[in-house]
Formats: sequence, structure tokens, C-alpha cells
Amino acid sequence: MNSQRRSLVLALPGLGWLTVFMIVPCLIVFFFSFFERGVYGGIEYNFGFDNFLRAAEPIYLSIFLGSARIAALATLIAVIIAYPAAYAISLAPKDRQNTYLFLVMLPFWSNYLIRTYAWIVLLNREGLINKALGGAGIITEPLPILYNDFAVITGLVYNYLPFVILAIYASLQRLNPELREASTDLGAPAWVTFLRVTLPLTLPGVAAGAVFVFVLSIGNFITPDLLGGGRIQMVGNLIYDQFLSARDWPFGAALSLILIFIMMLLLFTQAVFVNRAQQARAAPDG
Amino acid sequence: MARRALAAHLALTYGFLYGPILVLMVLSFNRAGLPTVWTGFSLEWYVTLADSPAILAAALNTIIVAVVSTVIATTLGTLLALGVERRRQSNAVDALLFAPMIIPDIVLAIALLSFFTLLEVTLGLHSIILSHVVFNIAFVCAVVRTRLKHFDYAIIEASIDLGADRFTTFRRVTLPVIFPGVLAGALLAFTLSFDEFIIAFFTAGAGASSTTLPMRIYSMIRFGVTPEINAMATIIMLISFTLVFFSQRLNRATVSD
Repeated sequence: MNSQRRSLVLALPGLGWLTVFMIVPCLIVFFFSFFERGVYGGIEYNFGFDNFLRAAEPIYLSIFLGSARIAALATLIAVIIAYPAAYAISLAPKDRQNTYLFLVMLPFWSNYLIRTYAWIVLLNREGLINKALGGAGIITEPLPILYNDFAVITGLVYNYLPFVILAIYASLQRLNPELREASTDLGAPAWVTFLRVTLPLTLPGVAAGAVFVFVLSIGNFITPDLLGGGRIQMVGNLIYDQFLSARDWPFGAALSLILIFIMMLLLFTQAVFVNRAQQARAAPDG
Repeated sequence: MARRALAAHLALTYGFLYGPILVLMVLSFNRAGLPTVWTGFSLEWYVTLADSPAILAAALNTIIVAVVSTVIATTLGTLLALGVERRRQSNAVDALLFAPMIIPDIVLAIALLSFFTLLEVTLGLHSIILSHVVFNIAFVCAVVRTRLKHFDYAIIEASIDLGADRFTTFRRVTLPVIFPGVLAGALLAFTLSFDEFIIAFFTAGAGASSTTLPMRIYSMIRFGVTPEINAMATIIMLISFTLVFFSQRLNRATVSD
């Protein structure tokens, strides 16, 4: 048995598992999306594109646009917080950078529900923030800061910030320090070096982090459900409803496909963008 | 000046990341249980938890799911990493291995529910396990592959030249070298499965017998903030933090040597 074939045998059980329990289920969703909902919630096998047309109706389109708006705001805020934080870590002594990064990532790997719940504790009418502001005499009435866009965006930024910091830090690490030195040697002030050298060269990292936050935010279910209190509907919740309450699986399947399509489009754009940035770097004269 | 501002910003970022979790942990020891007033240190909410059969049953389910899915995913994920690293790089395989990490949970959840329903598989702990293995394979494989990047394949040839067969070489040479990576992957897989909610929620079926801890927490949270949730959240966060800490330690030993 040659080594190529042996490595295929090693990889086969894992690849097989992913095929059976991920690819096939996704293909089923793909097929479901072209059929109709049955009278009792089953599936009527009448082929058509009705589900996709329905997704473009104003009521659903507004949910897509609303989700995109919330996801975009969360992405923007996450990047604004993450960039200086990643920059600060990259300036720290080498032996401490790993620890700082670990402390950033630690919450990311822990329970998502609990991290979201923590914000209910902080933001509710009887919560710590309202109690503290009331106690300090700044407000007389509790602020309505839970169950609205603000709470949902806060929750999304909180949950995905670590990954954005990691992505930007990684691109700062790959940056050739000589480029910055050259800029300084040629007399550029620090802020010019940052705007003309550091920032453009780390944009692929920013893009990677941003795509990740946007994709996971737009398809989020837990955060809008818990922090939006059922008042904020996002694509994730809409899909959830089609499967568990409306029992319109084909429509839910179509919505999932659209979500995946948006995700792939963004990932593809980001890949093209990164590729171009790399080519530009490889050909300094161009 | 700018450096100091950056350092201050980083400190605030840590405050933002850890503040909410710390508040939760402190409140879990408050006798009143709620943030209104601090009425003294108390462990009574932890005692309440330990007395609740529903929570203990859910905890047991969660542990069963996490252990079994970790064992399967670690085995398959490690073999997969060994196989993939020695082959020519393939974009299709890389995409397949990346997909479970990036696909929205809700989409994987409804896809698996459709799959199991179509095949008329009875739902329960077993279907949660089959589903959790999907994303766990991807994470274990990614961690082990990082370890293999630094692997010196000459030692395998040396072992075979010295007369060891393939299996002995794997057991005595390859496995000991990659073991920290395998363990790091397993700890990460356990944590992810232990904390996972949406996919478990969709693939658990209707019976209360397959309720996991995150599902229990979700239904409790929907009724509002209670001291019991704070206590349970504290325990779960500490378990996750510990597991991730050890996983990271092993991983770092991996990369630095």
C-alpha cells in the first residue's frame, strides 16, 4: 500500500462522518427548499421556487435587512474596539503576548448562553447598571436598555470580540517591522506610518475578523432571542420559527440556503481581497 | 503617550470581557441572590442546585454526550489530521474541514433535524452525540494538524528502518510525539460539546429524558434572572475555563518545542 493510499484510509472515517452528518443533511435542506409545506406540517413534493419568492416579500426582506443592519453595526463596533486592543497586545513584550491573547480568547471558548445571560443580569430594569446609575442619582427611572437593538448589538460584540482581536493580532504579527522602520526613517510621523503602512497591510486581518462576526451575527439565534426579548427578529430566529412553531420546513430550508449563500459570498469576497493584497505585496513595483 | 492610551484601552477591553462574568460569579454567593443589595455571603444557591434532581439529570446527560462525542471525535479527528497532512493539499478537503466551524449553528441544527426525521431515526442522546461529533471532528483535526506541522517525518522512517512495523511505529513513535496535541483537541472538544445548546436542542427530541444542561439553562433563563442560574453559571464557567486553560497549555508546549 503506498503512502498516498494509506493516508486516504486514515482520513476516510472522519471525512465519511462529515459527509454523512453534514453534507447529506445540508443537501436535504437544499432539496426541501424547492418543495411545499404539507397541510399538517409535512412536506408536499411539488417542485417550485415559491419559498425563495416568498423570502423576497417585504415582511421577510425587512427581517433580512434588519439583521444585516444589526450585524453590520456589531461588526463595526467590534472592529473599532478590537483594533487598538490587538495593537496594544502586539506592542507588549514578546513573552507576555501569548498570555494576553489567551486571556482574550478564554471567554470565547466558554458557554455562549451564559455569556449572553450575564448581560440580562447587567441590563435589566433591576440590573446592576440601572441600580448603580439610580443609586448615584444620575437617573430617576430605570433605563430601558434590555430587549432592544442596543442589548442585541452589545451581546454580539461581547461574544465575538475575542475572535476579531485574534484575527487582527495575527495580521499585525505577519507585518514586516522593517516596513514601519523604513517609513519612520524617511521622516513620516507615527500617525502617517500607521495610516499609510500599518493599517493598509493589516486590512486582510480586519476583513477576516469582520466577515466572521457579520456571518455569525446575521445567523444568530440565542442573542436576539434572549437580549431582544422576542421583539427583535433576525434571520436565525425566523429559521427557528419555521422549524419549531410555524412548521413550514421548506420555507425554513430556503431561508437557511439564503443565509449560507450570503455567508459564502462574503467569504469568497474576503478571499479574493486577501489574495489581491498578497499579490500586491509580492510585486512591490506594481 | 499613545502607548499608554493603547494599554489603557486593552485594560478596558479586559474589563468588558470579564466584568459581566465576574458580576455573575459574585452574585451567585449573595444571600439575596439578586443585584439589589449585598446581603451577605451564602452558599445556599449551590445547595439548591445540588438538591434538584432535574438539574442533576441534565448534568449527567451533558457529561454522557460530551464524553462519548469527544472520544469518537478525537479518534476520527486525529486519524483525519494524520491522513490529510501527508497528502497533497486539497482545497475541497480544507473547505470540508473548515465548514463545521463557520456554518451557523441554527443551519446545522435544522439540517440534522431534517436528516434524522427523513430517515425516521428516533431522537435522543444518541442523535445529539452523532451531531456533536461533526463540529468536534473539525476542531480536533485543526489542533492536531498544528502539532503535525512541526512533526519530523524522518523519525518514522528511522523507526521502520530499525525494523518496527507500521502499528508499532504509530504506538511508540508517532502517538507519543503528537499526544499533547491530541489531548488539547480532546479537551477543547469536550468543552464545546459540554456548552453546546442549539444543535442539542434540535436533535434531542421531545422527551425530557434527553435534556442537557444548556437546554435546562435556556428554559430557566427565559423565566428571568434567578440566583440558581447564577450559581450554575459560575460552576459551568469555571469548568470551561479550567479545561480551556489546560488545552491551551498543552497546545503551547506543542508549538514552542
